[in-house]
Amino acid sequence: MEDILILQSIERYLAGTMLPAEREYFDQLRNTTPEIDQMVVEHSMFLHQMDIYSSTRNLKHSLQEIHAKLIERGEVNEGGELSTKGRIIQLYNKYKRVTAIAAAVGGAIALVTSGLLIYLSPVNNAPIQELKREFEVVKRNQQYQGAKLNEVDSKLPKDALVTGGGSGFLIDGKGYIITNAHVLKGSAYANVVNSNHDEFEASIVYRDEVKDLAVLKIVDKDFIALKSLPYGLRKGDVDLGEEVFTLGYPRNDITYNKGDLSAKTGFNGDSTRWQLEMNANPGNSGGPVLDKNGDIIGVLSTREKQAEGVAFAIKSKNITHLIDELKENDAIQNIKIPVHSSIKKMDRASQIKEIQDCVFLVKAFNKK
Amino acid sequence: MGYFYSSPRIKYTDVKSELNEQLLLRGLANNESKAIEAIYKDNFSIIQSFILNNNGSYDDASDIFQEAMIALYEKAQTDSFVLTSKINTYLYSICKRLWLKRLQQIGRYSNQVDSFEETIPIQEDLEMHEKRNAEFAIMERALNSLGEPCKSLLEGYYVKKMDMQALAKDFGYTNADNAKNQKYKCLMRLKKLFFAQYNIGE
Repeated sequence: MEDILILQSIERYLAGTMLPAEREYFDQLRNTTPEIDQMVVEHSMFLHQMDIYSSTRNLKHSLQEIHAKLIERGEVNEGGELSTKGRIIQLYNKYKRVTAIAAAVGGAIALVTSGLLIYLSPVNNAPIQELKREFEVVKRNQQYQGAKLNEVDSKLPKDALVTGGGSGFLIDGKGYIITNAHVLKGSAYANVVNSNHDEFEASIVYRDEVKDLAVLKIVDKDFIALKSLPYGLRKGDVDLGEEVFTLGYPRNDITYNKGDLSAKTGFNGDSTRWQLEMNANPGNSGGPVLDKNGDIIGVLSTREKQAEGVAFAIKSKNITHLIDELKENDAIQNIKIPVHSSIKKMDRASQIKEIQDCVFLVKAFNKK
Repeated sequence: MGYFYSSPRIKYTDVKSELNEQLLLRGLANNESKAIEAIYKDNFSIIQSFILNNNGSYDDASDIFQEAMIALYEKAQTDSFVLTSKINTYLYSICKRLWLKRLQQIGRYSNQVDSFEETIPIQEDLEMHEKRNAEFAIMERALNSLGEPCKSLLEGYYVKKMDMQALAKDFGYTNADNAKNQKYKCLMRLKKLFFAQYNIGE
């Protein structure tokens, strides 16, 4: 019991919690009693050891805790023990900035790209495709460099921006041309080029988006009016399986395609159109579809996307209706639709020779 | 076996990082977990790859690194403390020495240490660290041989720094004085056990 009291006193003495008088007395006791003095020194040393021990233990504990924490956060990796959570947190911490920037940039690019796509691409999700042709003046110029018609400069204005193209054919020798309205879509002007690559300035006389037909008039002084057209416009019905052919400009050269009438209605039972078994390409739009006698039965305009070799032509009676409407509106009075074909008994090559002068490449453009 | 790959070490010269290191060391000396964590985070990986590249395991890496941290802590606590090198250089040197010693102890490393260049003189520090390690072990052994409730009571008072009131409540003593009495009894036993070992060690 006495030892405990002494130890208590020593602890209080070393901790500095003794009152001054008590402390003085204790100092005296140390001086006079070597045993007490020894005990004080020993205990002081022990307490120091205890201090070091406890702080080291606490430090070891913190180190373990920090180690575990860093593993948890993925900042320390111990091979297979790496937790998915840690990995994700680590990746997140590491790349959050980059991710944010990438997301922002990606978003911007996506917006710009989709914007451009919407702006540049023709909106055409329909199962049928218009056979309008996209082409570039530059491309054409390059293609004809050094060709025999190089001397004939394009009559497009310098500031023209070609928006599309297709085919067209004369409905009246004075220079009236029938084409598809969609060929001229978004364009204010049009020029036409014949099979000899002679270009003529034309004006858009009329367009009917519903019928998808348009009328152009060649206004070029170089154009020589034709007294008569080789073909006529067929009014009556056409039978299934009748052989038909078309001339058009899927390329810059006039191109012949043939096929058969496969249905009397167009896509989804559209009664204003014929269905043709024919390979038609972009650029064929607006071209005439003729029967074996050389009579026009329709205007080639669309094809089915899903099926190969299925094209649709606007029935020729729609042309008649269109011209009648124009006459009623006093827009044009002097159009005379050809009724009789003059190439009936000819072979196909001869028919084409007659017809090709009346089929034109239509170039739709805007001025900048 | 037994190649010691030297690790890339960066030489900092700017004052800012020096000040930062001083702050970290002061934090370490005061047992501040933020500072400890910062040092740990910055230095562990390089030590780990060093240990792993030299026949060590992940556990060896954390053992050695934590021991080096303790050595750094001990150094930071000394009154005359001046760290003449960067923290990372210091830790790396300590770890190299500790690991070499460990390898020699388990007989895995018998080659001469020709390639083992010392970056800074740490011999003294290591000796001090080993002495303290030994003292720590003695104290731990003495505490462990005390038995309960003495061990927990003393740990509560000296390690966890709880006051007698809370300790009395925790251990179920009717009042703080009784607990205090018990503590002194335990302390006297501990002292006996400790000094018996300590004096043999000396």
